[in-house]
Amino acid sequence: MIFKIILFAPLIGAIIAGFGWRVIGDKGAQWVTTGLLFLSALLSWVVFLQGAHQDDPVHILTWIQSGTLDTSWSIRVDRLTTTMLIVVTTVSALVHLYSMGYMAHDENFDDEKESYRPRFFAYLSLFTFAMLMLVTADNLAQMFFGWEGVGLASYLLIGFYFRKPSANAASIKAFVVNRVGDFGFALGIMALFFLTDSIQFDEVFAAAPELAETNLTFLWTEWNAANLIAFLLFVGAMGKSAQLFLHTWLPDAMEGPTPVSALIHAATMVTAGVFLVCRMSPLMEYAPEAMMFVTFLGASTAFFAATVGLVQNDIKRVIAYSTCSQLGYMFVAAGVGVYSVAMFHLLTHAFFKAMLFLGAGSVIHGMHHEQDMRNYGGLRKKMPMTFWAMLIGTLAITGVGIPLTGWIGFAGFASKDAVIESAFVGSQGGYAFWMLVVAALFTSFYSWRLMFLTFWGEPRGDKHTHEHAHESPNVMLIPLGVLAVGAVFAGAIWYGSFFGKTNEVVKFFGGKYGEPTQELVEAVAERSPKASELHYVMESGPGEAAIYIAPENTVLHEAHYVPTWVKLSPFVAMVLGLIVAYWFYIVNPSLPKRLAENQRPLYLFLLNKWYFDEIYDAIFVNPAKKLGGFLWKRGDGNVIDGSINGLAMGIIPFFTRLAGRAQSGYIFTYAFAMVIGIAVLVTWMSFTGGAE
Amino acid sequence: MDNLLSITTFIPTLAAAILAIFLRGEDAAAQRNAKWVALTATTATFLASLFILFDFDPQNTGFQFVEEHEWLLGLKYKMGVDGISVLFVMLTTFMMPITILASWNVTTRVKEYMIAFLILETLMLGVFMALDLVLFYLFFEAGLIPMFLIIGIWGGKERIYASFKFFLYTFLGSVLMLVAMVAMFSDAGTTDIPSLMRHQFGSEDFSVLGIHIVGGMQTLMFLAFFASFAVKMPMWPVHTWLPDAHVQAPTAGSVVLAAILLKMGGYGFLRFSLPMFPVGAEVLTPLVLWMSAIAIVYTSLVALAQEDMKKLIAYSSVAHMGYVTMGIFAANQQGIDGAIFQMLSHGFISGALFLCVGVIYDRMHTREIDAYGGLVNRMPAYALIFMLFTMANVGLPGTSGFIGEFLTLVGVFQVNTWVALVATTGVILSAAYALWLYRRVVLGDLIKESLKSISDMTTRERAIFAPLVVMTLLLGVYPSLVTDITGPAVEALISNYDTALAEAHAATQVADATQ
Repeated sequence: MIFKIILFAPLIGAIIAGFGWRVIGDKGAQWVTTGLLFLSALLSWVVFLQGAHQDDPVHILTWIQSGTLDTSWSIRVDRLTTTMLIVVTTVSALVHLYSMGYMAHDENFDDEKESYRPRFFAYLSLFTFAMLMLVTADNLAQMFFGWEGVGLASYLLIGFYFRKPSANAASIKAFVVNRVGDFGFALGIMALFFLTDSIQFDEVFAAAPELAETNLTFLWTEWNAANLIAFLLFVGAMGKSAQLFLHTWLPDAMEGPTPVSALIHAATMVTAGVFLVCRMSPLMEYAPEAMMFVTFLGASTAFFAATVGLVQNDIKRVIAYSTCSQLGYMFVAAGVGVYSVAMFHLLTHAFFKAMLFLGAGSVIHGMHHEQDMRNYGGLRKKMPMTFWAMLIGTLAITGVGIPLTGWIGFAGFASKDAVIESAFVGSQGGYAFWMLVVAALFTSFYSWRLMFLTFWGEPRGDKHTHEHAHESPNVMLIPLGVLAVGAVFAGAIWYGSFFGKTNEVVKFFGGKYGEPTQELVEAVAERSPKASELHYVMESGPGEAAIYIAPENTVLHEAHYVPTWVKLSPFVAMVLGLIVAYWFYIVNPSLPKRLAENQRPLYLFLLNKWYFDEIYDAIFVNPAKKLGGFLWKRGDGNVIDGSINGLAMGIIPFFTRLAGRAQSGYIFTYAFAMVIGIAVLVTWMSFTGGAE
Repeated sequence: MDNLLSITTFIPTLAAAILAIFLRGEDAAAQRNAKWVALTATTATFLASLFILFDFDPQNTGFQFVEEHEWLLGLKYKMGVDGISVLFVMLTTFMMPITILASWNVTTRVKEYMIAFLILETLMLGVFMALDLVLFYLFFEAGLIPMFLIIGIWGGKERIYASFKFFLYTFLGSVLMLVAMVAMFSDAGTTDIPSLMRHQFGSEDFSVLGIHIVGGMQTLMFLAFFASFAVKMPMWPVHTWLPDAHVQAPTAGSVVLAAILLKMGGYGFLRFSLPMFPVGAEVLTPLVLWMSAIAIVYTSLVALAQEDMKKLIAYSSVAHMGYVTMGIFAANQQGIDGAIFQMLSHGFISGALFLCVGVIYDRMHTREIDAYGGLVNRMPAYALIFMLFTMANVGLPGTSGFIGEFLTLVGVFQVNTWVALVATTGVILSAAYALWLYRRVVLGDLIKESLKSISDMTTRERAIFAPLVVMTLLLGVYPSLVTDITGPAVEALISNYDTALAEAHAATQVADATQ
């Protein structure tokens, strides 16, 4: 029951606000949705702290049933679900509250005539409902429902300012690019059903070991089934989580109001891909090649997005690229098989990134919707609370903490270092590790660049705007405060649960742990002598716990014993980034401009986001439009109609006469001829029938 | 009641006769009466059909409510429904009152207009119920005439060209089907459809004019029926009549065309092609699957390039029918369940989309996409409805559009992964053309002077959409309403199909061995 309340409270809120606002009024709609979300959030914390875990899902209603395909609307209760529940409902509730202040006045609408707030709150709650459906699903079809449902909500909210052409374009782009990912996701579901005759998680997971031994003929050749399916599902994750090649929609999605960016495009929806990979961990463990690809792509995204973030001037775009980059971190953790750490970074990132976005929203709000950082400066005194919140967020994202302790520091310190250490083990100190360390340096640089440009120095840009710059109301500052608590403490509190000893982590995720085999202990000792004390491995089979860690997968264990220089490397990168940013923007502010002029091609390359949009337009969008026109005019027009007309008008003179008739308008005669024709044919037929 | 099916089928004809005989004059009162008679009759038909639905037993996979009478010239009048056809009957009776309501603003020749639609309803119901070959053919072909007249008389400027094209296409297909029917009759000696379904038509290979024909008679018969059904669907590349017909047809005509008439082809495949010519179907399955996949991609791309709203939706219809043929010829439970589901769902969704075009066409008298923009500013209710059906059209889960696409894709993946891959690209393209259309028509600022005083939907218009909204969401959330009824019948169809194929293969092997 409690789960049903958590799940449906946002939906009820959305319906009441969306259709009943004329009755309950503008304010009523806001309070109803926000209140219901806080209820959801409260209950989510209750079930999370209880460590709720159920073997059988909560059944709600049957859904698609066809032959052996059997799906239903239901709620799967385990640690992955409850972790996502607290992330989604907490951030969503806070964003609802924040939006009351942020949306109090919006220059895109006419307050006198238009009631845009109930619509906004209804969309936010609808989004939350879809996201909860996604994370509570116990089968892939329901997950796909949530998956596309959040896509819909994202589309609606990005295009919230429906009069702005740029917002409309961005919303379509987000939906269509996500559909490219869904294309892979859907194929993955089909392949799974084909091989296992089920898309129910429990049954699919139980079949995972078998899939690893199965070959599937797909397209031109045979593939290992587990790898192929894992890859296809990951394509879906790439779309939703804006990974390299399918990332282009995320920066444009910043066209939506800032609370939307915080909720959907930072804390929750974009992490759905990471959740998917973790949810499918029993399958992923049997798909080593696919996981290598996940690691590679995650690392590349982390690096790529960080480079672009270095030079962006729009405050929201900087944070958007930062999100993209951090998602890459999570995929690396999942890719090397440490799903708990992926979820850890997901959790801490939700707090600090939501806070950074809401903080940016507060700045934008205070600066009358100015988003260009070149027009900020010296806002520290005008917006002290926002400044402190942003500072905490920055300390968290850059990973400030006491080196070598592992967990004493801001949230991002604990989780990001865990990712990097896991990456070092998982990639044997190779590509993924180095990409992440370099990305950590860039992260530190662009985050501090944002801080310095916004809050330090002299006010730049329009004087009038700066004179009227003001701190945001309490309704916006309270959510910042709550998130700040999370951004400071989340890492330290849950360090042991997500990145502790193997037995701790296994227990936290509802599994059983057991003794490793002697061979395994020896193998680990040989690989990394420092990590020789392997005491526990996961004993639960695939699907029995929230995540599955194969016994041979000891990355989590070994990650604790990486060399000291590895443990220090993210810290060093962070400090370097801070120093460079300080040098560039406080000590010698003319330097960045000179550098940009000296290195113009590189600067333009980064500023234009590696020209992905231009390339995609050139090879996909424009050719598709051209091809459509060509097929219509030439294919349908000349070839098909041409031959039909040729057949009718040219070859058979009979039809030419008919055509002449028809065109002169004797339609009744014509229809009459048809009736006669049919009558004659039937008569003839019945007589030949009678003859036999 | 023993003749429930006939009663349901002929209520509209009765009403048409009443209109034709008793209603005189062209004044406003006469027009109003004509509309009310039509609305009452179609509603009564719907209510009557509800009795069929409630008394229908899904577990019985044979024909139910069967009626059989001697008719003229030694022909038989035989009607009945099974799990495959009963929901098409329901779709027809459900859509017709909506269609009549959507025609409330017609002013020219109202009486004839209503008669045409009423007769059309009888003929369409007959198609889905007929259990005799000749009777089926009569209903199937005669159904063209009212549609032909609706386009030709109440249509747009190019209506003559469109109706001619419509006729030419369907007629060519029909001639071939007729020939095949004659051949079937001479082979089986009966025109009774259930008997024909049990009859085994020859499937030994033979050569005609030096062309070796795998599957023999069955392949030829299959092709002949295919010609007719493929045009009706319509399948690529014989689809070009549909956009023209839609563009020229009045709104209600488009609704009936998209929602019901297009389903006759799919129904025909399920009633005739698969059960009667299994070997022929098997031989030609790759061809049909590829035609379907090409249809999905090709027409979706063409839809991207359209400047006329109705044409865009028409091309989108062709793409969605591609999923149907693909599912049918996947010939497994998910594929066929999905195909039937997709046909029903497409009936509601495309019907609603044409109604959406109708709403603004009634106000502005243009279908040019460029003539619109920013409608949301003055028509919020319309924007909401249009959004819902746009999303249903792109197959958003939670709407009925998703179930059909998903099941057919799941079905076809088990048969041919290449086709599944190509067809799945449809989910990307459909999102592109549908959302782009929505953006150009509904979103943006309201700049055009001509639109400044446009009004939102009236109560009548809202009432038209309400049942469609309910069905689209209901079936999206609880599709068992459909699959519980179709499931057993489809299962029987597939098991018969597989048995027939196995027998045919065994026979071929025996024949090969003895040679």
